[in-house]
Amino acid sequence: MSLQATTSLRRTRRRVGRLPVAIVIVGLILIMIVTAAVLAPWIAPADPTRQVLLMRLKPPGTIAAGGQVYLLGSDELGRDLLSRVLFGAQVSLLVATLSVLVSTLVGVTLGMMAAWFRGWIEVIVMRLVDIMLSIPAVLLAVLTVAVLGPGFFKLILVLGLTRWPRYTRVAFGQTLQVATLPYVKAAELAGASAARILFRHILPNISGPLLIVATAEFGLMILFEAGLSFLGLGIQPPAPSWGSIMSVGRQYVERAWWIVAFPGGCLFLLVLSVNVLGDWLRDRLDPQARVR
Amino acid sequence: MLRYVAGRLLQAIIAVFGVLTIVFVVMRFSGDPTLLLVPEGASQEYIDALRTELGFDRPVITQYIDYLRSLSHLDLGVSVVQRIPALDIVAARIPYTVLLAAGALTIAVGVGIPIGIAMAMWRGGWLERLLSAVVLTGQSAPTFLSGILLILVFGVMLGWLPTSGAGDLKALVLPSIALGALSMATFARMARTAIVDELGKDYVRAGRARGLSPAGIVFRHVLRNAAIPVVTIAALEIGNLLAGAVIVETVFAWPGIGQLAIQSIQSRDFLVVQVIVLLISIVYVGTSLLADVAYALIDPRIRLAR
Repeated sequence: MSLQATTSLRRTRRRVGRLPVAIVIVGLILIMIVTAAVLAPWIAPADPTRQVLLMRLKPPGTIAAGGQVYLLGSDELGRDLLSRVLFGAQVSLLVATLSVLVSTLVGVTLGMMAAWFRGWIEVIVMRLVDIMLSIPAVLLAVLTVAVLGPGFFKLILVLGLTRWPRYTRVAFGQTLQVATLPYVKAAELAGASAARILFRHILPNISGPLLIVATAEFGLMILFEAGLSFLGLGIQPPAPSWGSIMSVGRQYVERAWWIVAFPGGCLFLLVLSVNVLGDWLRDRLDPQARVR
Repeated sequence: MLRYVAGRLLQAIIAVFGVLTIVFVVMRFSGDPTLLLVPEGASQEYIDALRTELGFDRPVITQYIDYLRSLSHLDLGVSVVQRIPALDIVAARIPYTVLLAAGALTIAVGVGIPIGIAMAMWRGGWLERLLSAVVLTGQSAPTFLSGILLILVFGVMLGWLPTSGAGDLKALVLPSIALGALSMATFARMARTAIVDELGKDYVRAGRARGLSPAGIVFRHVLRNAAIPVVTIAALEIGNLLAGAVIVETVFAWPGIGQLAIQSIQSRDFLVVQVIVLLISIVYVGTSLLADVAYALIDPRIRLAR
């Protein structure tokens, strides 16, 4: 091995070694869940919606007469639980990612506009933020989904449009600070449009705090999707969602613990990992929090 | 002080007004709100008659003013399913939710604050690491998961406690733990931060220099000062607990307003849902108002800053 390769290896190890063990572990968990979700169509042993009524409520490890192995057992309609959990990961991550994108887009745009233009835009936007934050988010989401009816895209829309105020608050405060910096004044004097200044010059400088909000919200969105689906207001059967699988599992908890345990365990690990990663990011990016 | 309270009260009134407006707007998202208020399979004549009766065929502005006017008389409409005032249906369920929220708050405070104190006193040690794992678990486990796991372990496997319904006080234990877990984590984190902040102050060093024991300083002096932010959190948590009750009550078949909300959505009884959302939001706004006023009463810096 050449000297150069050794140093670069050592450097990599040092860089990884600087990460706390907990972060490495949750990072691996996240990578595994994301990989499983992306590869679900190829690695799932069965069609997640195919019912085999003879194989209802079979415990983990059951082997069917045809040779199919129910690694995590089967549900109340004889569907393979492992396949449903894998496809459920897809639903969970997709809904959370898209709704975080929607709320970031809406929230950040409004927040930056309020801070840049001030005046009546600021009054209206920031008052609306106060009001939105004074309704418990779960309730607002429940009411809106109930009125609109359930469905994948409606769910994303509802989550995205009820969760933007937090981004607005942060974007507003940060933009106010950055807007006074000389380089922004320079861009303004050079004749850049408001949109160009906000998105090209200010946004990159306020993205750190926004990333912290987005990470925390990502964990919350996963919980919201699962919670709404659990209540029957989110993803509709037979499409697999961890929340809706668990709501069936609640009914069969006395006879078939695995229906609740596996999707519940995945959900817990996913949210835990996102939360740990979010806390770590906040400590790294926010020097004030690091002192504590 | 009076000026601060008046300003804060005005803010709260604006917030409640905003909540009423948002609920009004959301209820009209579907296009024709009449369709939300009729039982499934209603005839077209009935729908048309109801639309005229409820005034949904009039301009939206007129409807909005009418809506605010009837709310000011506490007239929240009649349930189309049960044909009795929606407010009465909700009121009958309130005691159960209050009981559940009280149980959850007791657990959150009773467990969360001692954990927070221990984490602050032994920070950096193995005990803090262990306890922060407990806190993180409480924070990351969704209530429906912890609820079902509690049912599985204490209800099904051990058979110690009932798994659903609201029979006696024993039935209150599991739902209270499930609902209180998230608040427990919040209290522990807040208590830890508040105490660590206090521990860095001069009076603590002075006490140590005079030879007071660390535990004596914490329990006699630090806790009193650290209590201020923690007490105000308690007020805010009440609102969160009421909102969380929607899921916990469904898991445990607890007959409070949360379960009623979901049942009413399923039976398309939207006026009842509307009452519940308004009620919880108003409590939410009210408790955060109380929290701010209490904070200002205790800490003069806040009211003087305005």
